Amino acid sequence: MHPGAWWVWSLGLGTAATRTTNPLLLGLLIAVAGYVVATHRTDAPWARSYTAFVKLGLAVLVIRLVFAVVLGSPIPGSHVLVTLPELPLPHWAQGVRVGGRVTAEGLVFALYDGLRLATLLICVGAANALANPARLLKSLPGALYEIGVAVVVALTFAPNLIADVQRLRAARRLRGRPDRGVRGLLQVGLPVLEGALERSVALAAAMEARGYGRTAEVPSGVRRTTGALTLGGLLGVCAGTYGLLTAAGGTYGLPVLLAGLAAALGGLWLGGRRSLRTRYRPDVWGVRAWLVAGSGVLVAALMVLASVHSAGSAAALHPGVVPLVSPTLPLWPAAAVLLGLLPAFVAPRPPIRMPTAAKESS
Amino acid sequence: MIRFENVSVTYEGAAEPACRHVDFEVPEGELVLLVGPSGVGKSTVLGAVSGLVPHFTGGTLRGRVTVAGRDTRTHKPRELADVVGTVGQDPLAHFVTDTVEDELAYGMESLGLAPDVMRRRVEETLDLLGLADLRDRPIATLSGGQRQRVAIGSVLTPHPRVLVLDEPTSALDPAAAEEVLAVLQRLVHDLGTTVLMAEHRLERVVQYADRVVLLPSPGAAPVVGTPAEVMVSSPVYPPVVALGRLAGWSPLPLTVRDARRGAGDLRERLADRPYPAHTPTPVPTPAREPLPTPRRRFRRTPPPSAPSTPVHAAEVDTLTVRRARVEALRRVGLTVSPGETVALMGRNGAGKSTLLGALVGLVEPAAGSVRVGGAVPHRTAPRDLVRRVGLVPQEPRDLLYADTVAAECAAADVDAGAGPGSCRALVSELLPGIADDTHPRDLSEGQRLALALAVVLTARPPLLLLDEPTRGLDYAAKARLVTVLRALAAEGHAIVLATHDVELAAELAHRVVILADGEVVADGPTAEVVVASPSFAPQVTKILAPQRWLTVTQVREALR
Repeated sequence: MHPGAWWVWSLGLGTAATRTTNPLLLGLLIAVAGYVVATHRTDAPWARSYTAFVKLGLAVLVIRLVFAVVLGSPIPGSHVLVTLPELPLPHWAQGVRVGGRVTAEGLVFALYDGLRLATLLICVGAANALANPARLLKSLPGALYEIGVAVVVALTFAPNLIADVQRLRAARRLRGRPDRGVRGLLQVGLPVLEGALERSVALAAAMEARGYGRTAEVPSGVRRTTGALTLGGLLGVCAGTYGLLTAAGGTYGLPVLLAGLAAALGGLWLGGRRSLRTRYRPDVWGVRAWLVAGSGVLVAALMVLASVHSAGSAAALHPGVVPLVSPTLPLWPAAAVLLGLLPAFVAPRPPIRMPTAAKESS
Repeated sequence: MIRFENVSVTYEGAAEPACRHVDFEVPEGELVLLVGPSGVGKSTVLGAVSGLVPHFTGGTLRGRVTVAGRDTRTHKPRELADVVGTVGQDPLAHFVTDTVEDELAYGMESLGLAPDVMRRRVEETLDLLGLADLRDRPIATLSGGQRQRVAIGSVLTPHPRVLVLDEPTSALDPAAAEEVLAVLQRLVHDLGTTVLMAEHRLERVVQYADRVVLLPSPGAAPVVGTPAEVMVSSPVYPPVVALGRLAGWSPLPLTVRDARRGAGDLRERLADRPYPAHTPTPVPTPAREPLPTPRRRFRRTPPPSAPSTPVHAAEVDTLTVRRARVEALRRVGLTVSPGETVALMGRNGAGKSTLLGALVGLVEPAAGSVRVGGAVPHRTAPRDLVRRVGLVPQEPRDLLYADTVAAECAAADVDAGAGPGSCRALVSELLPGIADDTHPRDLSEGQRLALALAVVLTARPPLLLLDEPTRGLDYAAKARLVTVLRALAAEGHAIVLATHDVELAAELAHRVVILADGEVVADGPTAEVVVASPSFAPQVTKILAPQRWLTVTQVREALR
């Protein structure tokens, strides 16, 4: 499976999530993403990032609710749940409120809003769990490969850092110092950074010794053309975007943007000739990849359609909070979300490896 | 193939060159071993072959290094990548991608080989190194030996004509080390690859070498010759050579087989000598109080009447530890008495470090119990625990935070609640001649280990644990460590060491415990356990079998 397909699929689900605040639909989206992850994730270390993203989503939800309680909510409401003591603020801080009335309407609004963000995060987490981010590199144009490697190396920096922190906190215990608490964390800071830096230098040396950054000789004409195309292309993109956004340039905006884009892509393609790299077993974008990516795009498209075109379903997608009504499950958008389950059936399943202990105890 | 012409390397800010007047040549298809004590510039010489010294490390290189006719002055490491493959000391630092198959392909991708060639070579290399079952595995989940093989495989796929390896077997258990060496042997014999490697554990590699380049001391010119010639005068030598020198054999044997063939008369001379009793000095009093009179070393048979209530330094009973659904330890039982030294051995990933972790409370048991001096380690506050048990981790640097030795010692005194100066006194004892203002980072591996040991000993824990203490140590540093640990055991400290080094276990341990897949598969006196197992037997035992001598020291004392 092409890793790009998983990303398209999950971003599709994410787009769908941004179009609704209906908790039932959002829950359905989370369930769909969760089911596919459960059936298709491997036991590789990056697959564990899903749990981290779920926790992050929950944290976002909780923080949103706490803010709604402490700072109040712009939503007018009549169902007062509790009244917190209000902090008197000077007149220049008018409009800011700390404490005060907490209404059911405000809380429900915050809950819907936070849930939408959490769903988006969980969708991104699903993509991370299903597709190894490093494999996406293989699909990058040759000219961008080296930047891509730098990004991936930077991304692996964080997990290594966490492993180092854990190791050094364990070592603090061996010295007889408390291994928990903020002070413990701060004191290992410097050794951890030193270790991370040393590892980065060692990795750079290893990459250099293995031929990273070897380049082919290209005629100077090609080099100059590449530079001109890339620079001209980027200028064109800027001018085109400006044109599109201003009222006056409505006519020339789009053509300039497209021409700029074409020139920039041409520059990238020519620039790729400097790179010697070849690709080992590149991922092919086959029928299954089309189906997986397609299901994600379809979910997004149907949801956008529902939110734009029919007034009835638009109301169902955003259940009202003033007055409080219980959300209903709109039939068509729900059916559309279920299309996102397609990958669970069409994508190839990862081989199941038994953990060694389970094998022996059986 | 590789030619050093009067090479000297001086790093920036260093007063002395790291190596001087290095002048030798490695012909094509030879396996050449680079040996010498710590700190003589072995890694610098290896780095100069791949061009990382000085292009990457900085510093000044005088003289000339050529590899396959390419001068490293004019060729950057990346331009040498198709002729030189380098594997450093830590394979983890070497990996760029995260699965085995991608890692094998990475070098070829950089060189721009055709996709069908790459596919063929990856398959060949998977077979050559026995990695076919692991091809889809994430590298983070591999064991040490597997990682080392993947690292070698990843530099083999571009078919380099020269392979440079820095301590390829130091971190490996005996079986995995043999696996890696067999692969190297095959490369040299079948593919004509030129191999230059540095290694401290000569007992593992010296018999495979065609020639040896000895760097005798810092700044001295290298001595080049066949292994037998160089070993006659080398300051570093394996036990088989030590035995050969002791018995006056000429030519010196390098392999157990050669030594056995010449060992007939030595066996006869030893036949009627008694074996030294390899049992610990019994310590009837609790070990936390210093003994009134220092006892003789542990060569004494225990008195017939043991104390009625034996105080164990550590008791582990049906201990099970789970890590991410996998049982790292299964129903492990172990008791350690004061004054006893126990060696934990077994494959990489057999659970040795986990067991040590459980004894210091870093790992929580899923079932069973752990008691150290009567306390449950993972429920004891760290301040309290350091006075009961101390662990020197695999990477001693993890224990050191301060930027001078003096500050480190002061911190250790505070941590342990010991009187000021007690840690510094230990450091001076273990490591004479270390200045107060030295940065722990500038110490050699052996010195760093000694400093970490001193820090741990400041709290005078009755139970001392060491995880892989001899990794990266040369023979001299190892001998010093053995002396220190023996003295500690004689004082009544119980010592548990997890190690792959069979020679160290033979020198030190009263008892050997072998773990496999988280279970104890053997537990008994060193002589019995080690003699029974070919992969854990030290060289002297193999040479003098069926007699049961373990170390050269024992033989020397018996012959006296």
